[in-house]
Amino acid sequence: MELTKLSIKSMREKLVSREITSAELLASFSERKDEYFAYVTQTSDLAVESAQVADLRIAAGENAPLLGIPGAVKDNICTDGIKTTCASKMLADFIPPYDADVVQRLKQSGYVLTGKTNMDEFAMGSSSQTSVFGGVKNPYDVTRVPGGSSGGSAAVVAARLAPFALGSDTGGSIRQPASFCGVTGIKPTYGRVSRYGLVAFASSLDQIGVFTKTAADSAEVLNVISGYDKRDATSANVPTPDFTSYLNRDVRGLRIALPDEYFGDTVGDDVRTAVLNAAKYFEESGATLVPCSMKVFDYAVSAYYLLACAEAASNLSRFDGVKYGLRGEGATYEQRIVDSRNKGFGAEVKRRILLGNYALSSGYYDAYYRKAQALRQEIIKEYNDVFTKADIILTPTAPEPAFKIGSSENDPIKMFLADICTVMANIAYLPGINTTCGYTDDGLPIGMSLIGKRFDEGGIIGAADFFERNFRRKDIP
Amino acid sequence: MWSTMLKPTIGLEIHAELLTQSKVFCTCPASFGGSENSRCCPVCSGLPGTLPVLNQKAVEFIIRAGMATECDISLFTKWDRKNYFYPDLPKAYQISQMPRPVCLNGKVRLKSGKVIRINRIHLEEDAGKLTHEGGATLADYNRCGIPLIELVTEPDFASAEEVTEFVAEIRARYMYCGISDGKMEQGSLRVDVNISLADEHADTLGTRSEIKNLNSLRSIARAIEYETHRQGEILGKGGKVTQETLRFSDGTGETSSLRSKEDAHDYRYFPDPDIPPVLITEEEIAVIRGTMPEMPSSRYDRYVNKCGIPHKDAENIVADKHLSDFFDEAATLLDEPRKIANYLLSELLYRINLGEGTTDNLPFTPADFVRVIELVEGGKVSRSHLKDILREMLATGSKPDSICEQNNYLIKEDLSLVSDTIDKILAENVAAVAQLKNGEQKVFGFLMGKANSLLKGAATPKIIKETLEKKLK
Repeated sequence: MELTKLSIKSMREKLVSREITSAELLASFSERKDEYFAYVTQTSDLAVESAQVADLRIAAGENAPLLGIPGAVKDNICTDGIKTTCASKMLADFIPPYDADVVQRLKQSGYVLTGKTNMDEFAMGSSSQTSVFGGVKNPYDVTRVPGGSSGGSAAVVAARLAPFALGSDTGGSIRQPASFCGVTGIKPTYGRVSRYGLVAFASSLDQIGVFTKTAADSAEVLNVISGYDKRDATSANVPTPDFTSYLNRDVRGLRIALPDEYFGDTVGDDVRTAVLNAAKYFEESGATLVPCSMKVFDYAVSAYYLLACAEAASNLSRFDGVKYGLRGEGATYEQRIVDSRNKGFGAEVKRRILLGNYALSSGYYDAYYRKAQALRQEIIKEYNDVFTKADIILTPTAPEPAFKIGSSENDPIKMFLADICTVMANIAYLPGINTTCGYTDDGLPIGMSLIGKRFDEGGIIGAADFFERNFRRKDIP
Repeated sequence: MWSTMLKPTIGLEIHAELLTQSKVFCTCPASFGGSENSRCCPVCSGLPGTLPVLNQKAVEFIIRAGMATECDISLFTKWDRKNYFYPDLPKAYQISQMPRPVCLNGKVRLKSGKVIRINRIHLEEDAGKLTHEGGATLADYNRCGIPLIELVTEPDFASAEEVTEFVAEIRARYMYCGISDGKMEQGSLRVDVNISLADEHADTLGTRSEIKNLNSLRSIARAIEYETHRQGEILGKGGKVTQETLRFSDGTGETSSLRSKEDAHDYRYFPDPDIPPVLITEEEIAVIRGTMPEMPSSRYDRYVNKCGIPHKDAENIVADKHLSDFFDEAATLLDEPRKIANYLLSELLYRINLGEGTTDNLPFTPADFVRVIELVEGGKVSRSHLKDILREMLATGSKPDSICEQNNYLIKEDLSLVSDTIDKILAENVAAVAQLKNGEQKVFGFLMGKANSLLKGAATPKIIKETLEKKLK
């Protein structure tokens, strides 16, 4: 029996029936080697200990949703007593004295932390190559990127180093790497999951989400990490449904919108074909396809980078080397802070801080930041219009499958455009899920995204689950 | 010569720390003091991943400040980030309010009748404190995140007197509505002064300087006088005033430059994405308005015009809300406001100023105090025991009647003893009685004195006097 291929539900059943132990389950994952630099920190000893504790608790008859299940956490999500580096030199030695809300919830549900996953520095990037520790490799082809910024988490799940991994998604940082690595990745509605303890990149866009092998597994983990948190004023005080109740349904009567703009020249032929084939399959299964148009598509990337960089410039100002993190040298406070930030941040982070401060500076605020905010309102309006005619929106997740390491990282504009299909959901606070809908001739996964109404994660999980049950994934060995 | 032609124009920013239990964006205590960095948490010390959550009590408090100064209360209000690097600011931005402050367009009338316009009051977080020691700089983040309201006036002041009257009035109003302890010496209320000089007939204002962080009325007055003089001398010699930020030294009585306009920050304000905007409803405003106390200026008018209390006394009572509340309650029990004011200031406040108590937690009630007045005025207790009674009340909170009983202060009114004693005095002072009968009235005082000293505590001076007069007829 290949334990690493089991669903989370089956793992739990086998743990509860004492057919397997958490220690055995953990071992089956940790026997597999991280050849992708997916982890920044592997918490192996702690994991063995946690699995033993979980086994005792199971033996005592305790039942918690993820009791004994291994899982990884992206390295920008704070873990009490465990390094949280954001893959940056700035925080290379930072050990938070507290857990993020999601980590507290995972702990309460009995998970076994396997490690902290590698990422683009401060979650800025679409390739997971800007990590100060070294770039992540795609398990399907180690010469290619796993996508980003949560590339480590995507690789962990694709390579079956853990059955689930948390990521964060500011403009596509869960869905795009999920598509590159051929796994399921969900970015919940803004506010569904507390951001407390997530090192902020762009506060109004950031959302923690989950990588799993399947939509069914994502429902199990999302059940645990969702919920109102009074420590996050932007977290929504809404009830959390049981997301697994949306599984094993059909799609009859489901209205699926296909916005023209997502299927134009921006996306490659094989991507377009694979996603349209998936659409056809939904239609054959009883769904209705709704053609539509989203005119703001062309402006979305510009609006996104203005908003994200402006917020990032402010959010990252706290890294001044005074209280924690890398401390530079210099005779004066100003010199020290300049030195700390100069040495602590990589090129991409510096680029975005500069862009953000420019967009916010006096004389440019109206021309850039204010316009981007106005665009945000337009984008929200267009989505609202589409959702009067459709229940979910189907788009490609990325214009191209995983690209070669070294091919685009030095072309910032090209890198920014890689997010074109995913940023709008963040701007409009909407939930989105990526699932694999095809493979290129070279065997690289192609992902599609399902976007739902606010707080309708259930709807997109259900649709993705339906598709997955009828699609043959090509797992890596 | 310049002083006859140049007129100062002054505007203020008044910062006041709010008396909320916890800080404005986290649950740390907001109280003053504590050992260094003992009153801060991951949120107020800005650790990565932490998030601010707005303290609703602080919003209520700033609404009270707005009501105390006749501001409009915004129904839609939001918070912005003011970005700048400084070691006392852990997030490298201060959460403040730029375009949508809670309070707008207020006003305060000075005693002269002049109206000072208030542009706005907004709610923000305080920064930490730096101390420089032996070449090192130490940061204490206890003060980080203490709720701070900043009141900004229009440039409506023309003199240091107007400014100090206004600051004292704002301080009193804040204390009256329970939002600030008004302790300027501890920095919980501090003032920035913007000042410029221009020809009294000029249409435009001169170049201004800003004096930061003044923490006493005296410093404010001295700084304004010094700066008026300094700018006047520059302009008088045909020079130009530089736009700059100054500090004032209490030691030298002089201002010195902190930074010039060229060093001014671009704060890159933008809406704080971590804090959703706050909607304030008319209902909430009405509820808060219902709990607002009468403001000091209105009490002052009432004391002077309705109660007939002298200006200076009214001012002294109003200066302390506890005293004023005490007075108002006493006045409902005894319809003698002037008498109460007199006892309150010359007897009770006198003792308090000697250090025998504080007005904010008197151990007895206004009813007890009124009872003391009645005992003395009604001739039940000699005035000479008043200070002993009040002293004991301040110390123990005992009831005035029981104090008088236990210490034998009550006058017993033993009429036969009075009669016998006076007979005896008259018999012993035959010569004096004869003088009195010859018309030498001053001798009556001599006989009264004898009687009073022999009968002390046994009868009131009134009875003694009546008896003496009767016997001399």
